[in-house]
Formats: sequence, structure tokens, C-alpha cells
Amino acid sequence: MSKLNREPLLHITKRKELPLAKTWAIRIGAIVAALIVCAIVTTAMTGLDPFSVFGTMIYGAVGTERKTWILLKELAVLLSVALALTPAFKMKFWNLGGEGQILVGAWATALCMIYMGDVIPSGLLILVCLAAAILCGAVWAMIPAFFKAKWNTNETLFTLMMNYVAIQLVAYFVIIWEVPKGSGQVGIINQSTNAGWLPYIGTNSYILVILFVAVITAGMFVYLKYSKHGYEISVVGESQRTARYVGIKVDKVIIRTLFLSGAICGFTGWMIVSGIDHTITTTLAGGRGFLGIMVSWLAQFNVIAMIFASLLIVFLEQGAGEISTSFGLNQSFADILTGIILFFIIGCEFFINYKVHMRKKSGKEEE
Amino acid sequence: MKKKVLSLVLALMMIFAFSVTLTGCGSGSDSGDAAYKVGFICLHDENSTYDKNFIDAANAACENLGVEAVIKTNIPEGQECYDAAAELVDAGCGIIFADSFGHEDFMIQAAKDFPDVQFCHSTGTKAHTEGLENYHNAFASIYEGRYLAGIAAGMKINEMIDAGDITADQAKIGYVGAYTYAEVVSGYTSFFLGARSVCESATMEVTFTGSWYDEALEKEAANKLINDGCVLISQHADSMGAPTACENKGVPNVSYNGSTKDACPNTFIVSSKINWEPYYEYAIKAAMDGTAIDADWTGTLETGSVELTEINEDVAAEGTVEAVEDAKAKLESGELKVFDTSAFTVEGKNLDSYKADVDTDADYTPDTEVIKDGAFLESEFRSAPYFDLQIDGIKLLDTKF
Repeated sequence: MSKLNREPLLHITKRKELPLAKTWAIRIGAIVAALIVCAIVTTAMTGLDPFSVFGTMIYGAVGTERKTWILLKELAVLLSVALALTPAFKMKFWNLGGEGQILVGAWATALCMIYMGDVIPSGLLILVCLAAAILCGAVWAMIPAFFKAKWNTNETLFTLMMNYVAIQLVAYFVIIWEVPKGSGQVGIINQSTNAGWLPYIGTNSYILVILFVAVITAGMFVYLKYSKHGYEISVVGESQRTARYVGIKVDKVIIRTLFLSGAICGFTGWMIVSGIDHTITTTLAGGRGFLGIMVSWLAQFNVIAMIFASLLIVFLEQGAGEISTSFGLNQSFADILTGIILFFIIGCEFFINYKVHMRKKSGKEEE
Repeated sequence: MKKKVLSLVLALMMIFAFSVTLTGCGSGSDSGDAAYKVGFICLHDENSTYDKNFIDAANAACENLGVEAVIKTNIPEGQECYDAAAELVDAGCGIIFADSFGHEDFMIQAAKDFPDVQFCHSTGTKAHTEGLENYHNAFASIYEGRYLAGIAAGMKINEMIDAGDITADQAKIGYVGAYTYAEVVSGYTSFFLGARSVCESATMEVTFTGSWYDEALEKEAANKLINDGCVLISQHADSMGAPTACENKGVPNVSYNGSTKDACPNTFIVSSKINWEPYYEYAIKAAMDGTAIDADWTGTLETGSVELTEINEDVAAEGTVEAVEDAKAKLESGELKVFDTSAFTVEGKNLDSYKADVDTDADYTPDTEVIKDGAFLESEFRSAPYFDLQIDGIKLLDTKF
């Protein structure tokens, strides 16, 4: 066996900070490349004209006024979850429990709507639901945070498992609340009285939800960038030792931040039940607790970039549904296209952070 | 150099975006088509036997009537259903159908918001109490189809007894149900009554998965029943789980929603299914003519809504086709009733009176007398089934409410 000390064919080095224009050029290039691959895949697999498929995708996302409102609503909900998870991630606390925190918030809202719908006026009921949802979401997130702060338990597993506890909790109550018996469906809560429903603005039921999330976005931007809390979160995220050295109480910051994270997830659950779906199912969060993680990372915890990352994902989702309706294609095909686009976008971050070197032909050192 | 590359990329991007926008407008503006549009909302896509049954009927009905079908698949039972319905209204649909039970409340909401469009919901229970002019429920007397399929099952078991494979008291049927819900209870009871009408010693065990579509759970449930000594399996759930388990173990299977003969040639006997085409044609015609659609429409053997697939003669007992045809004629003439109260007992007694929960409410109040002239009148007071009695001879291994 010869032990040649040869340089590998490819090797990678970490890049220094790239100029902004160049990073964006790489990203845009990745999107173009993704669209080209999508076009090739579309033509090869279905024989359809890729441009009409892309066109349909755009039409599906923003083609009519209603589609645009639905897009904005979905964007608002997803962004809200991403915003909720971001402070925890920035602190390097891996909160994978967004799904469960949304669900307990939704559960608390449904609970109040069902049992207090006929008891207290709707305006008050909305506030009671809101308080209950925020509290439940916050508690759900603080349980793992407390264990992490006190005994350094693994928060990744803990928050993940809390999701399943939340799903089972909702499953149990769905059986209590189902109508008719045995159907496994709660149906729309207070459909005849609209008690506990967020009011419509004009005839549009989504504006209020969108406005709420706009406020949270602005608030989170300021909180992370300009507040003392936001600074403490960054320091704890960089190094817990440094944080302790400069006199930050790390335990307190962890629990406080997770309270905020869970509270916003609970708030999202409240918006979904009180403002949008008006029902409760185990799948109500619809994977947004996990999708929110992707949004937060794609945007590298930058609040403004998160708006665009959410837009991208929601746009692809809404467009994908239209493809299956218009062309009679299976939903899975639209998922393939979405997958290709996300693959390129996430993959290009690698090329922004690292440089790939090819081995020189002679095998000599290149530098 | 870098700037050049960047500008090039940006220029490419703009050209691309422009062309996409153009084609986007193109595909959006072709809605000026003269054909009448009909919207369909489906919970899953054609990979689910349940939804495939609806989608096939939708396409067939629209083709027959020369109207355009706009089908939205994978629509969850939430606000997405309302959004989908509203978008179909925007697209110009005059009548919109939804196929899953959980869509009902969202369809009612849409019916209230768009009074000029007709909304039809299969399997729902609320149309007769909501009182909306443009909201309708539909179902079929599938219990008659189940009964006939049960006869085929009973004859197969008789054949096994005659051949000496099993003794008469081993004639145990297994049934995989989704939920302990009236629609499922009505289905397995009528199936069992059909089987017992030809094989007196038949008994049945039922297990529930707690899901309408879960291939792994359904397969596991069927295996559990087979290991428990069940000699024939039927199911009321929407995946290929139970039929596949039967084929693997060589146990005869009576299927649902459509033929599974291609995948299970050695064990498939027959399948009952609802054919939604007659209802779709009836409702679409009514919507086009502006005539009223029934609040509750129940398809029957006569309307062609309740069907048996072709019997697999390689597996079925000899004479099955004739026996089924004979019973079918009697059901159609009214001579035979599936839920004849003399044919079953509850806790050892024959019933002469029973109140069922026909008007859906949160407390499940029994509100309507459903036994009349010696029979339980299923699908008479609303289209969706409400038979929820636990009759003697059927053992529930578990319940999933």
C-alpha cells in the first residue's frame, strides 16, 4: 500500500466575508439554475411547456385578489412562527417545539371558545382566549428551558418530545369535543354565534391577522437589534462563558427568551383558531413549527430577510397547488419542483461560506 | 468583471421574469371559456381509493354533461377548504362539491357567503337542519351494497366449512374499521347481516384504526385479526393496507371503494362501492337549470349509486353471482330489508323502538324514532347513516371515537 501524500481532488476552505453584491449574485444565480433544472425536469417528465407551468405557479400564488390575500395570510402565519423561534435560535437554544407550542395555544383558544362561548361577551372572550393561548404556549416552551437552565438537559430532544405530548393532548380533547359522536371532527366552533372569533375588517377576515404579524415583526426587529435583552441573547449565543464573565445571568436569559418564544407560538395558535380556522385538529399547525425553523435559518436570523424567506416558501406552496389543479398533475410533482428550488437556495449558502478548490493537474500545492 | 457578471445575471433574471409574467397572464385569461364550470374539493388525491372513487365519478359526470371539471386535491379539513371553495367561485364554478366529512362546516360557511352558488357535500349530516337553500348533503344506501357483499362473504365461508377447512363454529369474520362512527357501524353491521343470512354460525370481530387513511395501521389491524383466527377480512378504511395483508397471508378479502383484484388476485372476492356519478349528474343538471337540489339525497341500487364490482370467480364460492343477483332483486322490490328487526338482537332482545341522533348537536341527543314497520329505517331521515347499535354476534375488540 502506497501512502502517497496526495492532495484530494477537491478541497474546501472557509471564505472571508464576501461583498454583499457577490453574495446576492450567487443567490440569484442559484435561483436561475434551480428554475432551469425545474424546466428540464418538467419537460422530461410531463412533456409540458415549463413556462406555462411557471406561469401557472405565479397565477396560483397571486393571480387573483383572493389568492393574494390567502398568500398574505399564509405568509403572516409562517412568519409569525419563524419570528417566535428566532430569539431562541439566536441564543443557540434549539427550539424544535414550535409545532407543539402552536398547538397548545390553539388548544387553549378552542377550550375557552367552547366552554365560555355562551357565558361571556365575544370581545372579552377573545381577550381571555388570547391570554390563555399565550400562557399555554409560554409554559410549553419554558418547561424544557427550565430543565436546560437548571440541569443542562438536551433541549433538542426535550422540545421535540413536547410536540408529541401536545398532539396527544389535542387528540384527547378532540374526542371529547367531536360532533357528531365518533366522527373525530370538532367542526367549526361557535359557527352560529361567532363567539370568540376575530372580527372581519369589511368582508375580509385575514387583514387583522396580517396586521398583528406586521406589529410582531417590527417589535421583534427592534427587540433583537436595539434592546438590552436582544444584546444579551446574542452574547449568550456566542459564548455562555463570555456571557457569565460580563455578568449576564444565563439561566435567566434562557428562561426569559423561551417564554417569549413560546408566547409568540401560542399567539400564533390563537390567531389560527380565533382568526382563521375556527376549529381544532391535531394537524392544525400543519408543520409550520418546522417550516418556521427553515425560514429562520434561511434568513440567518435576520428579521427583514425572514419576510422574504417566508414569502418564497409560501409562494412555492400556493403555486404548487395550482399546478396540480390546472394540469391534472399529482401534488407530488409540485413538491418535486419546490424541493429542487429549495435545494438550490439552501445549497448556495454553502458556496457563500466556503470556497471549493480543484487539485492542480500536476498534483503540486496550489498555494 | 464581477460587475459584468452581476449585471448579466440580473438581465437574465429580468428577461426570465418578464417571460414568466407573460405566460402567467396567458394562463390566467383563458377563463372566458363558455363551458359551465363545476368545482370539486378532495381531501387527498387519486392515491387514496376513497378520493379516486370521487375523482373518477367527477370526470365521468362532467364528460357526459359536457361541462368543465375543476378539481382541487389535497385540501385539508380546515380553512383551506373554505379558501378552495371561494377560489372555485372566483373561477366561475356554478356548483361545488366536497368529498370529506370534515369539509362540511367550511362548505356551510362558503354557502352562506356565496348564496348564488350551489354547494354539495358528500357524507355530511347538517343540510337538513341548516336550512340553507344552496347547501346540500348526499350519501347512498351503501348498507345495501355491504349486505350483498356480505352474502358473497358468507358463501365463501360456507365453502370453507363444506371443504372441512374450518368447523362451523370457527366461522369468524374480521373487520377493520376507521372510527366507531355511525357510517362505519352501519357498514359492518349490514355486511355481517348479509353474511349471516347465508351462514348462520358466522360471528365477527371488529377493530378500529382511529384514522380514515393509514396504510400501516390498517395492515397491522388486518394481521391482528387474521392471527386471532378470522377466516375472512373486510374493511372500511381507505388504503390498500387490509387487502394487501390478506393477499400476503392468503385470506379472502371483501373490499370497499373499488376492485382491488389487480393487486390481490388470489384473495379478492368482491367490493361494494358508492358510485357518485348519478348524484353529480343530477345536481349539476339541477344547478344548470336553476331547479332545486334536495337537501338530502340518498342514492340507491336503483339510481345506480350503490354498486358491486365484478365478482372474482377464482376466489368466490360457486353460485355467488346468482345468490347476489337474487338478493339484489329482493332489496330493490322491497321484499327484503337489510335492517329487518327480526334479523338481529341487541343484548338478546329484538327491538321495536329506537331513537337515533339524526339532528347533529354537540350533546349527541337521540331525537328521531327510526324503527317503523319492523325495520330500522337507515338513510331515511337524512342521507348519512345513523345506525349505531351494537348488535349481538359482533364483538368490538376496541373502540375509537
